[in-house]
Amino acid sequence: MNPIAEIVVSLLIVIGGSFALIGSWGLVKLPSLMTRLHGPTKATTLGVGSCLIASMIYFPAAGGSFSAHELLITLFLFVSAPISANMIAKAHLHRQGWSIDPNPEDAIKGALPNTGGPTGWATFWKPRDEPDE
Amino acid sequence: MIGLALQFGFACIATAAMLNMWRLLAGPTRGDRILALDTLTINAIALIVLFGINETSATYFEAALLLAMVGFVGTVAYCRFLLRGDIVE
Repeated sequence: MNPIAEIVVSLLIVIGGSFALIGSWGLVKLPSLMTRLHGPTKATTLGVGSCLIASMIYFPAAGGSFSAHELLITLFLFVSAPISANMIAKAHLHRQGWSIDPNPEDAIKGALPNTGGPTGWATFWKPRDEPDE
Repeated sequence: MIGLALQFGFACIATAAMLNMWRLLAGPTRGDRILALDTLTINAIALIVLFGINETSATYFEAALLLAMVGFVGTVAYCRFLLRGDIVE
């Protein structure tokens, strides 16, 4: 196997493992859910993407054929991670209501900040009545 | 050298999964538990990919792809259940 490819693959694996560990450490260490969302959604996704790219480089270099599966998984993860983070944040906001924060360590003690416009936060709007037929 | 890097990666991701398990058990709100489960799925994908490199076998990518899709759908379903009390309306 080409030594340059070996170095690149090893480096990518080490970076990926470190980022995954940092993301989960953030999940444990940070004070409230809204801050905890940052660790897994950014660091862990980057770590997994790094591992997948390492495997994408490794297989052609080890004599196999190039396959786009890893790229597919990477793209899917990078698309789906923000959506799931958004859903979790939305569920959290709706469960805590307007003004109660169950984890006040992150200094968000009062209500959500004012949006500065004539309307409030869009996630609290009532859904429009759509006619069924 | 790849063997050493793989050992390091396995150790890191196993530790990360244990930290996620702690948050899954301890997490004060339901959102924390959903987030911990989502992160566990992503770490499992990373473990499967590293295992595929270790075995030099391309059989495991289908498992990783399936896990990515099912994990995302599961997270969205949990959040929807929290928001609406119902998954399919």
